[in-house]
This record gives sequence, structure tokens and C-alpha cells, in this order.
Amino acid sequence: MFGSLDWSTLQQLWWFITTLVGSLFVFLTFVQGGQTLLSTLSLTEDEKVLVVNSLGRKWELTFTTLVMFGGALFAAFPLFYATSFGGAYWVWILILFTFIIQAVSYEYRRKPDNFLGKGVYDAFLFVNGSVGILLIGAAVGTFFTGSNFTLNDYNLVQWQHTLRGLEAAFSFFNLSFGLFLVFLARTLGALYLANNLDHDTLVAKLKNSSFNNLLCALPFLLYVLINLIMMDGYAVNPADGTVAMEANKYLHNLLELPITLFLLLAGLVLVVFGVVLNRFTLSVRGIWPAGLGTVLTCLAVFFLAGYNNTAFYPSKVDLNSSLTIYNASSSHYTLTVMAYVALLVPFVLGYIVWFWRQMDSKKLTLEELNADKKSY
Amino acid sequence: MIEQVDLTMVNWARATFALTAMYHWIFVPLTLGLSFICAFFESIYVKTGNEQWKKLTRFWMTLFGINFAIGVATGIILEFEFGTNWSNYSWMVGDIFGVPLAIEGIAAFFLEATFFAVMFFGWNRVSKRAHLFSTWMVAVGSNLSAVWILVANGWMQYPIGMKFNPDLARFEMVDFLAIATSPVAISHFVHVTSAAFLYASLFVVAVSSWYLLRKRHLQFAKRSLTVACTFGLLASLFVAFTGDEHAYHAANVQPMKLAAMEGLYDGEAPAGLVAAGLLNFSKKPGDEEDPFIFEVKIPMVLSLLANRDINSFVPGINDLVYGNTAENIMGVEEKMVRGKLAVAGLGDYKTAKKSGDQLAAGKALTLFEQNSDYLGYGYLDYAEQAVPYVPLIFYSFRVMVGLGTFFILLFMVYLYLLYKDQLEKQALLLKIGVSSFLLGLVAHEAGWIVTEVGRQPWAIQDLLPVTVARSNLDAGTVEVTFFMFLILFTALLIAELKIMAKQISIGPEGD
Repeated sequence: MFGSLDWSTLQQLWWFITTLVGSLFVFLTFVQGGQTLLSTLSLTEDEKVLVVNSLGRKWELTFTTLVMFGGALFAAFPLFYATSFGGAYWVWILILFTFIIQAVSYEYRRKPDNFLGKGVYDAFLFVNGSVGILLIGAAVGTFFTGSNFTLNDYNLVQWQHTLRGLEAAFSFFNLSFGLFLVFLARTLGALYLANNLDHDTLVAKLKNSSFNNLLCALPFLLYVLINLIMMDGYAVNPADGTVAMEANKYLHNLLELPITLFLLLAGLVLVVFGVVLNRFTLSVRGIWPAGLGTVLTCLAVFFLAGYNNTAFYPSKVDLNSSLTIYNASSSHYTLTVMAYVALLVPFVLGYIVWFWRQMDSKKLTLEELNADKKSY
Repeated sequence: MIEQVDLTMVNWARATFALTAMYHWIFVPLTLGLSFICAFFESIYVKTGNEQWKKLTRFWMTLFGINFAIGVATGIILEFEFGTNWSNYSWMVGDIFGVPLAIEGIAAFFLEATFFAVMFFGWNRVSKRAHLFSTWMVAVGSNLSAVWILVANGWMQYPIGMKFNPDLARFEMVDFLAIATSPVAISHFVHVTSAAFLYASLFVVAVSSWYLLRKRHLQFAKRSLTVACTFGLLASLFVAFTGDEHAYHAANVQPMKLAAMEGLYDGEAPAGLVAAGLLNFSKKPGDEEDPFIFEVKIPMVLSLLANRDINSFVPGINDLVYGNTAENIMGVEEKMVRGKLAVAGLGDYKTAKKSGDQLAAGKALTLFEQNSDYLGYGYLDYAEQAVPYVPLIFYSFRVMVGLGTFFILLFMVYLYLLYKDQLEKQALLLKIGVSSFLLGLVAHEAGWIVTEVGRQPWAIQDLLPVTVARSNLDAGTVEVTFFMFLILFTALLIAELKIMAKQISIGPEGD
């Protein structure tokens, strides 16, 4: 079935599958956003317990999706995996650190004799939700602004900046991208919690918070979008694979791939709609349109970076070391094998949705948590 | 390909991997085994409807959850460490190695993540049977992830199903089924998972024995022990059986590892197995010194284990390093000559392609292909580099096997005394039971040392030494990361142990 597809089709298919996982991850960062609300929204102890336990039932899904994103990149685009992780070393190590400390925090924060104390575990959750997401955003920003690496004849990476990836955070574009993701995660976190909890005053706070956080996200979003339209981009010559700068490359991509423009606009409208729905009506279901909108928006961003003869991981210092979905991918055989594996995806999504609905059909209440000694 | 090799950096990267893997392995086998033990307990509860079994299930699940979290925390770093510290490796074999990792994510991690939440928080939200199903799915998911990571590891030990693409300078997969069903990977998987079941059983033995010593929760402890000791005994017998299979494969595909496990320098036919021995630490390959200060050998057994033939020849380190024409063994020295031809051929091919000289490119490629089976040897500086550190492997192997045998006896004695209802009177035995979990950890780590240190200097057996597989980082960077991980993981381990100890002391009644 898949074996008969030509290599470039499989490469495009895999860019779609991989970035879909990445986009789903961004939606699921409502967990990280919620973690930062924990300490920045003025909450009572009871309200905090509700928030932590609601997020604590979902954090693993987000975490696993991040791991899956990494795994899919490794399998489908190993040159990206090798170049970025081995090259932009510190930015990835720090991101990983924030996820290591997240993984124990829910389970350990309220257990007696937990060594570090509840405050430290809550701080871990905050760092994961803020620094972790900011750095992920900055790293994705380099898909457009480029990085400092060269590849030798054997495709092995040499990083040309002593900060080993952390320099990405010094670009205002990358920083804006990161801050946009932080505030988007907070918006989504507030929307998710409002839908999941049964607590009137808390839900009212969350409804306000989602709106306020979207307002905070907007300037960064606008800065990123305007820059994207205006900036020069890394264009690939399809005839010989060489890379050159092209003025307004991403604007061209938007116009030449109307589906991307549609995804971007539809995505943003859905996010705004979800937030407005929660803020100005009695509904608490804004998370669903906003979540879908997030996925569509992210897909549009990834499509802009990778499709239409664009280098998705460009090198500023040596244009022809830039990675494209064609030169960074696995072999035809491996992408074919992986395409069969990807047939599992609908099945996996199916049972996740099924059990999510089973678990969340009743809203979480304080009574339930107080009765359960295992609550976080 | 590699202009300058910074050995210090490679050693820090190896140390970091060893650190993260060894910390990870404190928790993972407990997850693998305890998930099944919890599923057994809950199945009994659902079948009998007896609330005592539910209480028991929930107690062990609490401990499972504490352990699971830190297993996840230490696990994420391992996946990404391939990229950060071993980026040349990630490129050169990513076409193959990335696939089992991705399958692990999609087929296993989502099962764990989804059903873990149901298992912990779904007692009142889903039906009894849906809950039981979820508990089983957590067990299946955890163990499925072990399948794929061990397929990946098995491929590193015994690389098959691929070919080298000289244009891209990487290995590419050509036969997925061969990799997924590699006999080395399968024997690796069954050995490791059964050892994990054993380890988790020892955990239950340790905690329950402590209760019996303290005269607390007697009924609870005996029930737990009955299930865990039965599971543990079956697992430990299987561990012995699969360990033999594992060694047999090592003899065939990694003879240097087997020779190091046995401290065997000069091959023998028939070869005896060293049951116990004291190594001579000053022994080096090629010298005349005796490898042992003293040793007790069981005649012919090594030949039988290695080749299923009591009279067969088992090569020693010297045969493998310097060659043995009588036994038709090519030595490392000769492999290095061929490997260097492969490396030079690849370099010349690249240069000729760049300059557009097709004729020269064709000739260089032929030279490369004739010698490509020995590619990795081309990066060695001297032949003895192909010998791993023998004492560590020799003693680790004996510690693992000795403890494995002891555990079989321990489970048998426990089951007998449980059957006779005499266990709680045996204070000394119960104290041994309490410490047995730590011994289980020692056995596990020793096993991994044999497997991983035993294949040095190879990241990919015979094809890619660790000195080439590394990232282009300076030693200081990796050193800093090593200490960051050491401090963080140690802090988290202390937290885990304290929380676990507290929950055990609270006990099931506090549930």
C-alpha cells in the first residue's frame, strides 16, 4: 500500500504526521498552562487541590505526546534529531530538565515525608509550565530564524555558537514565539479546567483568566505573524536542493498553499471563539473549539516551515547545511514501515478519547477528592 | 570522518549514559513486574468480590504509582540523550534505531499513560471490569515498551537487516522483520522482563517480610507473599533458562563479551566454566601471565553453554585479538587493516563524487564495500582497544548468576514455609527476605554491566565505536550535565525512598 508511494510523497506525509503529533502536544500543554495558573491566579487551598488533581489526570498524556513527538522525529527525520539535539544542546537539556522535575511533582507533592517539600514540587510545576514551554517555543522559532550549524561531508553536525542553542532565546522573534506559547498554554489551561471542575467561584475565575491570558498572548502572536509575513525565508531550489534566502518566503508559502492560510485563519478564529464562548456566555465548553483551533494553527505554522520547498531547520551560517524534509528524512523503506505503524494512530486516538470521556463524564468535585487519600 | 577524538568527552558521555540508565533501571523493572502483580491481585478481587483483595490491590498500586513517576522522569532523558550526547550515532543509525523507539511511543507509552489515569482515579468513574481491564493494559503497555526498547538494544548488539548508504554516510534499514524478530533481541527481552518480574516479586517479599517481622498486617502480608512468591519462583526459573539462551547468543555474535565474562584469554577445546575465581588484575592480552590467582573450573561446561557441544572450541581474548588460523578466527589486527581500507574507501568515494570523477568514485566504493563489514575496526588505534574491561564483566556476571540462583532457593523456601504456615516464626529468613530486594537491584545492575560494558568499545557491534558515535561537544559541557543529573536524580531518589518508606509504614490499613 505505502510502498508504492514515491519517496517525496512519503516525506511529505511524514512531515504531516510528525507535526500533527507536535500540534496535539501544543494543545495538551493546557497541563503546563494550568500549572502556571496554580501560582499566579489567587486560589484558595481547596481550589488549588482541584486544579492540581484535574491536571494530574492528564499530565502523562502531554508528556507521552512530547516523547512521541521526539520519537517520530527520530524515526522520520533523523538528521534533524541528530543536528538539533546534538547541536542546540543546552536548550534541549534545559527543556528536558523541566520535564523530569514535572514527572514526579504530582505524585510526590502532598505525600508525607516527600523530602523536598510541597513548595518545591509546586515550583517544579511552575518552571515546567513557564521555562519549559518558553524554550520549546524559542526552539520552534528557529525553524524560521535559523540556527548556527554546519554539516560536514558525512552529515555530522558542528555547532558554531558557544551557547549551544540557548542563543535562540536572544532573538525577539523566538522569544515572542515562546511567550505566545506560554500564554496560549495558560489560556488553554483555564479553558480546560473550567470545563473539568465543579466549583462555581473557581470556574468564574478561570473563565476570566482564559480571556486575560489570550489578551496577553495577542501582542506576541501579532509580532510573530507580522514578522513571518515580512521576513526573508530559506527557500530550497527543487532542481538541485540548494538553499537561498528569498524575500517574503513565508508570505509566498501562505499564498501558494492556500490550505495553510485557511488552517491559520480558521485556527485562530476557533481559539478566539472558544475563549469568547467561555468569557461571555454560560458555556464552559470553550476548550474544544480552542483546542481544535490550536491544532490547526500549529499545523499551519509547521506547514509554512516545511512545505513548498522550504528548509524547516535552516542554518544561518551555512545555507546549504540547512535541513529540508527531503534531505533530513529516513529512507524510503523506513518511512514505508513507519507508515504502516502509523495505522495504529486512529486506534490509539480512539481509546484515548473513549477513556477520556469515561473519566471526565462527571466533573471533578472537592468531595470526591477529599474522600480519596490518593489525590495529589 | 572524525578529525579529533576527545576521549575524555566520550568517557563523560558514557558515564552520563551509565548514570541515567542505572538510575532508570532501579525503577523500571519494578514497574514491569509490579504492574502484573497488581493485575493479579485485582483479578482475584473481581473474581471473588472480597474487599480485602481490593484493599491489597490499592496498597500495592500506591507503591506502584510512587515508583512509576520517577521511572517516567528518568526515562525521558534516555530517549533524548541519544540525540544530545550521541548525535553522530543518531544520524548514522537513526534510520533503523529510531523506528523501535517510535513504535514504543505509539504502541506502548499511550497505553500506559491513558490507562494509568483510569487505574488510579477511575475506581468510582468506570465499571469494575473496565477498571480491571485498565490495570491489565498498564501491565501490557509497560511490557510492550520493554519489547521495543530491547529490540533497539538487541540491534546494537547484533546489527542485522541494514546496509550502508555511502552517499548519505549512514546505515539504512532493509529488513524490519529481521530486526524485530532478531533472536538476540527476543532472548534479551524474555531474559530482561522475566528478571523484572523476579525483581518486583522480591519487592513484595521485602515489604511483606517486614510486616511479618513487625507482626503487622499478617493476613495481608501472607496473601501478598503467596501470589508474589509463586510469580517470583516461575520468573526466576525462567530467568535461568533465558539467561542460558542469552549467553549462547553472546557466544555466537559477541565472542569477545563471552571471553571477558569468563576471563578466558587462550581459547580451549573443550572449555571449562569458571565457577569461582580470583582474577589476576595485572593480566593483559598477549602477555604470559596467568589470568587467575586461583580458579575453580567445571570441565566442558563452557563449550556446552556456548556452542551446545561439549567438545567445541571456545575462543579466548588472545584468539580474538591476534587471530587463530587453526580455528579460522580473524584477529582484530587484521580487521583493523580491513576497517581502515573501508574508512579510506569511503573518504575517497566522497572526494571523487565531489570532484565528479565517476571512475575513481566507483573504485573507491568497491574498496569500501569489500571491507565494510569491518568498518568500525578502522577507527580503532590499537587491537587491544577491542577488549572490554575484563574484571568488571567477570565479577558482574558471577554476582548476577549467583544471586539468580539464590533467589530460586529463596522463593522455594518461602513457598514451603507459607504452605506449612511457619513463615512468621523464621526471623532470620524474614530479615534475608527484607534485604533480598536490594540484592535483586544488584543483580539487575550487574546484568546490565555485563551486557553494556561487555560490548565496549562498540556502540554498534563491530561497526561503530563509541568514539565515533558521540556528539561534537566538549568534555566540560557533558561533565556539567553529568553532575546536574547526578544531583537531581539523587535528590529524586531520596524523595522516592522516603515517600515509599512512609507509605509502607502507614500500611494497607491506612489506605
